[in-house]
Amino acid sequence: MRYLIGLLALCCAVMAETRTAVALRDARVVTVGGPTLERGTVLLRDGIIEAVGEGVAIPPDAWVIEARGLTVYPGLMDALTLLEQPPSGAARPVGPAPDAPSQSPPRPARGPQDRPSANSWLRAADLLNASDRRLAEARNAGFTNAVIYPAAGIFAGQGAVLSLAGEKRRMIVASPAGQFLTLIGDRGYTGFPVSLMGALAYIKQVYIDAAHYQAHRLAYERRRPGVSRPDYDRALEGVLESPRALLPARSKVELERMARFAADLKTPAVLYGGDAGYDAADALAKARLPVLVSLKWPERPRDADPDYRESLRLLELRERAPSTPAVLAKAGVPFAFYTDGTAPRDVAKAVKRAIDAGLPETDALRALTLAPARIYGLADRMGSIEKGKLANLVVTDGPLFAETTKVKYIFVEGLKFEPPPDAPPSAPAAPPTGGDL
Amino acid sequence: MIRTACLFLAVSLLPAAPPLVIRNANLITITKGNFRGAVLIDGGKIAAFGDKVVVPPNARVIDAGGQYVTPGIIDPHSHVGTDSVNESALAVASMTGIGDVLNPENIGIYRALAGGVTTIAVLHGSADPIGGKCEIIKTRWGKDAEGIRFEGAPPYIKFALGENVKRSGGVWAALIAPGNLRYPATRMGVEDVFRQAFTDARAYQKAWREYDENRKRGVEALPPRRDLTLEPLVEVLERKRLVHTHAYRADEILMIMRVAEEFGFKINVLVHVLEGYKVAREIAAHGASASTFSDWWAYKMEAYDAIPYNAAIMAKKGVLVSLNSDNAELMRRMNTEAAKVMKYGGVSENDALAMITLNPAKQLGIEDRVGSIETGKDADLVIWDRHPLSNYAKVQKVLVDGELYFDRDTDIGSRPARNKQRQELLEKAKARQNKAAPENKASAAGRPQ
Repeated sequence: MRYLIGLLALCCAVMAETRTAVALRDARVVTVGGPTLERGTVLLRDGIIEAVGEGVAIPPDAWVIEARGLTVYPGLMDALTLLEQPPSGAARPVGPAPDAPSQSPPRPARGPQDRPSANSWLRAADLLNASDRRLAEARNAGFTNAVIYPAAGIFAGQGAVLSLAGEKRRMIVASPAGQFLTLIGDRGYTGFPVSLMGALAYIKQVYIDAAHYQAHRLAYERRRPGVSRPDYDRALEGVLESPRALLPARSKVELERMARFAADLKTPAVLYGGDAGYDAADALAKARLPVLVSLKWPERPRDADPDYRESLRLLELRERAPSTPAVLAKAGVPFAFYTDGTAPRDVAKAVKRAIDAGLPETDALRALTLAPARIYGLADRMGSIEKGKLANLVVTDGPLFAETTKVKYIFVEGLKFEPPPDAPPSAPAAPPTGGDL
Repeated sequence: MIRTACLFLAVSLLPAAPPLVIRNANLITITKGNFRGAVLIDGGKIAAFGDKVVVPPNARVIDAGGQYVTPGIIDPHSHVGTDSVNESALAVASMTGIGDVLNPENIGIYRALAGGVTTIAVLHGSADPIGGKCEIIKTRWGKDAEGIRFEGAPPYIKFALGENVKRSGGVWAALIAPGNLRYPATRMGVEDVFRQAFTDARAYQKAWREYDENRKRGVEALPPRRDLTLEPLVEVLERKRLVHTHAYRADEILMIMRVAEEFGFKINVLVHVLEGYKVAREIAAHGASASTFSDWWAYKMEAYDAIPYNAAIMAKKGVLVSLNSDNAELMRRMNTEAAKVMKYGGVSENDALAMITLNPAKQLGIEDRVGSIETGKDADLVIWDRHPLSNYAKVQKVLVDGELYFDRDTDIGSRPARNKQRQELLEKAKARQNKAAPENKASAAGRPQ
């Protein structure tokens, strides 16, 4: 057993090679931020892009990779993934009552003041399971970064921008990245809110309360006369810590609804889902809201009732959803892709559908690199191949979204990885283990 | 310069559609009598009507061919066009609002339109004593959520009494899940919920008034916490938000009017109000109006004393009466509901039609805009092939704000094309799925077909 672990450790060490300086020479460099270089060199040092250009002098200490015939792209970024769910039955970190014994079922909430389904203080950065095998799978497909969120509750918690390599504490690039909102309570029909309008009103009230809490705290700290000390409220602390709110919206009605709703929250917001964005671009452009577009294009479930007559609208949505990115690009709506459970090996195929529906390839690449970096306010350090940015690269033997293209190397902050040769269709993920989450 | 002027002229002229005239019609105006004549529509409003309408030369013409034209039907109580109806977990759910969750793509809106309905009050359900805020919409099928709102309509809130309210949190609900047990479970509890809620609202109102006064005097203080539950109730206390109360029994009708009087506000509309005939004088004295069903009863305990003469009796005692559907299916044929009131109680044709047009408009505070064919009102008009009080009457065309939103011939004529589109989309979807994962014949054969 110990021998096996030793071997495994060795394998990992071989897989991830690190040198202080690496030069990728004579490659086609798609910088995203600037013009594409047909024969460029990218020099990496200490996890940072030290230089990029056509006549970059290669220092003597650099390890040179002859990259002629290869293409270098910025590492891909998955703009939204969810933490593994703990197995059902395990204690879930939900419920408003920190003082109640953990065994007793949560009491039904009497209103927003009980903060039902609020886990806003949870941080993906703390809950991350660094051995989650999805991380390595995503990396092998060219993803160097992902933004990961806790999944459960109306206020599910705070996300973290990850680098997909290294030790856990090294992986966290930015935290908190935003508050993940779901509109789905975790109590079924047993307590507020049980309706969509209840959930929306609840969220609105919590954001109002958070602003009031902050003002109250400030007034207290300034010793303003007559101001009592505010009670500590971890749900509001969590909301205040989050730089932006992620709101779900897939259909046209939902996109337009959430665009209006986001304005009410008075906090920067990002919509996720986006399926019917092709039909709601005007509202989104007007609201100046970025959209995270799911790469899991809607399709009829394989086990759907064959006799069920689906509405024309739904059939049309399935046909036209992949045209959403093209329409958003044209309307000037900032958007990024997220995989939404699409297997890493199918991501290129999913992106290809958007390209076939009219999205320029450069915009498709941007939606997986610079666009998410911008949306998360990290474009100064990632998202493109530019001097001074993190050395996150994916090196391929052809155009990124072509079916026959293979990933040769992945660099995560200078750490070099190679996908396993001729990666077989990955086995179904092992059942996630609890504990660490 | 001239070119710019021309451009400006063109732009300013473009949006205004040419006037529209519906001629050769049997007009039922509700307020101004019946005419054989025409309606002239300009800028979405009724510009003229009657037997001597001067038709501008550029007007588009709809020839009604002697068919009937009425104002659009107004349903003062329904639940179509929304993605949620009840926040049943709370007894006081005034923080919620139908306006947050309107779904303009809900097919119920189109079906209502096809039944001649042009305005709908979309209400919160009746699970809670104090429900959510309501939204009045027009059946502008195809417009987005903002586009269907009845702009400028007074804000409303929904109250509910009796069985639905007690049941929502009662023993049966608790059997499904213990957490469902919710106060109140009795009629006296319902009354208490109102008293408590409005007592809280008064305290909240006072806190804000004190804060505002202090600020005016230059005393700085932390503002009170905004409470989305109490804000609409303060609006009710200040008579800025109207009240729509679901009620069945005479005792609870009296109860809610007494509570309202005690707190200084008014119940504007009592809905369902099946025992309203027992307390019609009290309803009239309070200044409430009533919106009832035509001839349904005994579908639950509190509906046992209902009689089909209810509408007629209440009207005779001076109550403003309308009919409501509460139901997406019934809403398609409100004209026959009105006809029933003639059978039970001998209401006149015009008064019966007023119960689904002008009277609900008055109840919703929008009678200056809709409810009858009058100059200056919105051109919400319905063309019927027969008299609308006939069982055989079918809606031919419906205009909202002077725009044609439903045309029976167009609808029927477009069906083959829609079916073709559906087939094409289904085939495309099949092709996509086969491309994604070619069908495994062996496993498909093993599946029961």
